[in-house]
Parts: sequence; structure tokens; C-alpha cells
Amino acid sequence: MSGTFIGMPSFPEAARDAVRDTTLRGNLRHATHTIRAKRAGAVAELDDWAQLREAGKQIKDRTLRHLDRHLEQLERAVTAAGGTVHWAADAEEANRIVADLVEATGETEVVKVKSMATQEIGLNAALETAGIRAYETDLAELIVQLGDDLPSHILVPAIHRNRGEIRDIFRDHMQDWGRPAPDGLTDRPADLAEAARLHLREKFLRAKVGISGANFMVAETGTLVVVESEGNGRMCLTLPETLISVVGIEKVIPTWRDLEVFLQLLPRSSTAERMNPYTTMWTGTTDGDGPRAFHLVLLDNGRTDTLADEVGRQALRCIRCSACLNVCPVYERAGGHAYGSAYPGPIGAILTPQLRGTATELDASLPYASSLCGACYEVCPVAIDIPEVLVHLREKVADQGGAGHRLERAAMRAATWLLDHPAALTAGERLASRTRKLHPKRLPGPGAREWTNSRDLPELPDRPFRDWWKKNHA
Amino acid sequence: MTSPSSSRDRVLGRVRRALADVPEAPEVARDYLVSHTPDDPAGVLDLLHDNLVDYRAGVHRSTRQGLPALVGRLLAERGARTVVVPPGLPGAWLAGSDARQRFDDVPLTPAELDSTDAVVTGCALAVAETGTVVLDAGPGQGRRALTLIPDLHVCVVEAPGQVVASLPQALPRLDPTRPMTWISGPSATSDIELDRVEGVHGPRTLEVVLVVD
Repeated sequence: MSGTFIGMPSFPEAARDAVRDTTLRGNLRHATHTIRAKRAGAVAELDDWAQLREAGKQIKDRTLRHLDRHLEQLERAVTAAGGTVHWAADAEEANRIVADLVEATGETEVVKVKSMATQEIGLNAALETAGIRAYETDLAELIVQLGDDLPSHILVPAIHRNRGEIRDIFRDHMQDWGRPAPDGLTDRPADLAEAARLHLREKFLRAKVGISGANFMVAETGTLVVVESEGNGRMCLTLPETLISVVGIEKVIPTWRDLEVFLQLLPRSSTAERMNPYTTMWTGTTDGDGPRAFHLVLLDNGRTDTLADEVGRQALRCIRCSACLNVCPVYERAGGHAYGSAYPGPIGAILTPQLRGTATELDASLPYASSLCGACYEVCPVAIDIPEVLVHLREKVADQGGAGHRLERAAMRAATWLLDHPAALTAGERLASRTRKLHPKRLPGPGAREWTNSRDLPELPDRPFRDWWKKNHA
Repeated sequence: MTSPSSSRDRVLGRVRRALADVPEAPEVARDYLVSHTPDDPAGVLDLLHDNLVDYRAGVHRSTRQGLPALVGRLLAERGARTVVVPPGLPGAWLAGSDARQRFDDVPLTPAELDSTDAVVTGCALAVAETGTVVLDAGPGQGRRALTLIPDLHVCVVEAPGQVVASLPQALPRLDPTRPMTWISGPSATSDIELDRVEGVHGPRTLEVVLVVD
């Protein structure tokens, strides 16, 4: 990723532009509606979905309760199996550890499996600074990287692009990164997939260093698990001599058996499949099979702050399935970029302000990027009550003050006075009714003007309700 | 700049402070089903068959005796002239094929694997409800790269011994210390408009042979 989320405007500003982009809205609508129906079908196949969901929630909660112990157990198991464990308190430290490890191999390029953690810490840009080129190998990440773009979805980072746009990006930019796109490339998805296969093949075969994240880390065995579809993950996890995995500390699960829950919950929730095409599991290093050196970088970067919040910590249960994005009416219209981080959609609206804090205007606006309809909570496979956390974070943002909240308090004080003085209220209501033909369709003034940009003001009746009641029922 | 060990202490210290007054979490209630499928080997095998087909794998049934001819036919139909033979693969399985055999006793390089048309393997286990075959680098399977680079993978599953119905039945039978690949259909992607397309980096053709005697 060469783009950056740094310095992005607040959610409402970014969303306003996105909502006006009709191609973007069409692409998002098509993709989210396709997957929505499929997910519902995949989930309906399992009679015990509610029990699996509850078990997933409980396993994660129990793990988080003793996160220190599980991390220490994981460290021992990975080390005993031939791996090396590193600890990174923040993004900068994680990036430095990875850059140093790559430099120690003498290599100047790496192949990458799609990873949310490395997006979060901006690893590619950090490696670039260190003179190391990172090749994204997931198809959607490749589209984002070639298009000098930003990811907009957890599972399908290029969801904002349709097939025609992808064809153009491949045709124009593959040559800058290696093997050019085939002549006469069409926009058929199968042809686009074939072009990606050809473009990346030689990179996989010569790669000496692979970088990944992980979906799960099993504490008792030291096993890491990566679920994927294309086989690019298998390539990066299997062929290089050195493998570096950057994984958030909340990805640990206590036991091997726990996978029986999460491997049922995750594929059905994310790609709506009974099982994703490929899952790789490895424990340390194995003689003669896969990388000879394995490094695990355990990443905090705000997770322990999140863990300290008794309402907000449930966000750490997230298994990054992206079901909440696909059902969210706000995400569907605003798109992923407006959320200004690697984590868009409802989960991003609660995760980003907790990982990064709410000091910037963007991060403080994220808890408001929701209508609180609750669809996200309903589909969440680990039952994260996203609306509850949103409201909780709004409270925190309101407590820290700011212009909007001062105006809101002034308005509430005025309303309180009016409701305490019935005569003034009646006079005001009558005046409003009599002048209703003169009312503008949109409100003037900062804040109010923006509010009515995308909303119609309700029409006032020709007389106040209390007058109507007196006349008809007195 | 902090030293690695102090970051470890810092992170673990923050975790402990964050959890200082958190009540104990309850035992996990595992009241989900052990299996969603009636305990009938023939029915479980049919389910595996259907789910593999649903994810665009070719599925074939054979007796042990008919296996060499079937494997030979599958390789020939796809025009495979060379085939990777993992250590421990029963020699009989390839007795009906005239594809040139490449052994991995001295490990084949990625480039050599890339110039080989096919690979034939056994498996550790198959899971019917998810349409999955699990490879654990055991005899007849070889290291992970062997089933990754050639474009055609023929995988032999011995029924009913290697077939389970569900994930809760599969995990206790697997050894987590072994490197594993779980395969559910050929390589695919949903990255273009969230629609599934088969055939990206892994083998574009997966042929599964269910051996039933």
C-alpha cells in the first residue's frame, strides 16, 4: 500500500464525497448484496449456529480474561517448536523488528499474505523506507497496490472497484511491478484471476522472505492458522526460507479444540462458504517442509488500552470476518475509505477509536458513523454488541467536549426553558404553524446546513397538536 | 529505543493492569452439535461427495483394485505428462499411468515443481460437512509445496476410514505439531465483486478419488 490514511478528513466529510460517487455506490451495493444473501444461506445450514456463536464469544472472553497466561504459553510453545517470538508495544516497534529481520536475511524484497495487522501498522511504507519492496499477493490487495489506492473492506480490500476498473488497473500498472498484463485482457473475472496468477508466479518461486498475519494462534500447541482462498497464502507461508508473522495479541485461542468452533464460524460469516478453499497450519519450523526460520511478532498497538475498557474490550473478540460491513447501511453508502483506517465499517467504528484514541477529528467522529440499527450485532459470529460500544464511545467523545457538544448543550438548555414555560411554548407553536409556508427546505447555519443536505425537514401541520385536540375532543 | 525483553514486560504488564478487577469468565458452554449429520457411513460419504462437487472439485469413486486405472485416466485426460510422487505413495496407485514420475527424495526445486504437470497424494482425513480434505505431510502426501505448485492435484481418500462427518470429529484425529493444509475445492477467489471464481494460485484442478471397497 503506498497510500496513507493519515490526515484524512472526519467521517461525515469523507462520506459526503463517497455518497455522491455513483459508480462507487453501485459497486458496493452489488457486492454487499451478493454476499449478504449467501451468508444467510451458509449460516442457515447449521441448526446450532446460536450455540456456536455463544461458544465463540465465551472462548474469546475467557481467553482475554487470562490473556497474559495464554501469551506466555504461546511463546513457550512456539519457541519449543523452533520459532522466535518478538514483542512489539506499538506500530513503530513492530515495523522496526520486521525491517531488521528482513535486512538480516540480506533480501530487498518480500512477498506478503493479506494481513490486517500489517495494514494497521503501515508495514509496507515502513519497509519501503528501509529499501525493501513488499509485494502484496492477495488478488484484492494486488489491485489496491497496483492502483496506488487504499483498502476499503476487511475481506475484499478492492470491493470499491468493479471488473472494468480492475482490468484497467492491471493493463496500465502490472508492468511497473513485474510481468505485464496479457495483451487484450478482458474484464471477465476468470481472465483477471489468470492475469494475477501469471504476474505473481515468478515472485512466489524466487521469494526468500514471506510476511503474514494469522487468523488464530493456538496457545497450547504454538500452532498458527491462516485461512485463505487463492493459494497465495500457501505460497508465501510455504516457499520462502524465512517467514515473519505479525499478529495482534488478541488472536490467541487457548486450545487446539477451540478451532472446531472458529473454523465453523469464520468461513460461513466471511465468504459464506462451508469452508474456505485453503487453510494452512504450522507450528514453529519443520525440517524439510516450509521455511527454515520462523519469527512471530506479537503486536499490542493499542490493544491493551482496549482491553482496559470494560464495555469496549469486547471488540477484541473480532475474528475479522467482515459480515458487519456487508450488512451495514452506512458502509454500503459511504464505502470503506471514509472510515480512515484499515478497519472500515461497524467494527472499524468501534475498533479504530479504541486502538488510536479519539484525539483527531476523524477518530472522534467514528462512533457516530452508525444509525445504531443493530444489523451488525445480529450477524457478528462472536456476538460483539457493536451498538452498545458505539454509544459508550459517543459518551466518551462527548465528555471530552468540542464545538458540536457545546452547541448541543446550549440547545438542550433552551429546550428545557421552553418546556418549563407552557405559554411561551404555545405561542411559539402557533407562530410556527402560521408561517409554515415560509419555512425553508434546508436549515441555515453551520452544522444545521450540513444536517439538511441529505435530509428533508418534516412538514409542520397547519395547527399545533394541542389546538387540534382542544377543538376535536374537548 | 526499547530492548525486546522490556517490550515483552511492558505488554504483559499492561495486560495485567487492564485485567486487574475483571471477574472470572465462566466455563465455555460447548452445547453445539458434535455433528450435523446422521451417523451413517454411506450418507456421510455422499455428503462429502456432494460438498466437494459443490466447490468445483472433480469427485470419482473407485474400488482399490480399480484405482490405478482411474488415476491413470485422470492424469491422461488432463494431459499430464509428468507427475510428482510424494515419499510413501503406494507404487500401485501410479501403475496405470505412463506420466513420467518425479520423486521428491532429493527435494525438487520450486522451478522443477512448476514445470511438473500434476501431483498424486493420499490424505490424512476428509471432512464431509465442509467438503474438505486435510493433508498433514504424512506418508503419500509429502511436504506442503508438492500439492501447491503443480496445476493438477489428484487426492485419494480411503473411505470410510479417512472420512469424518464434522469438524469436532476431525480435530481430535489430527496432530497439530505437523504442518497442515486443509483443502476445500480448487484455488478460488471472491475478490472481484464478491463473486467466487475458481483458479488462482493453487492447483486449478482438484480431482478427489473416494476409494470404497
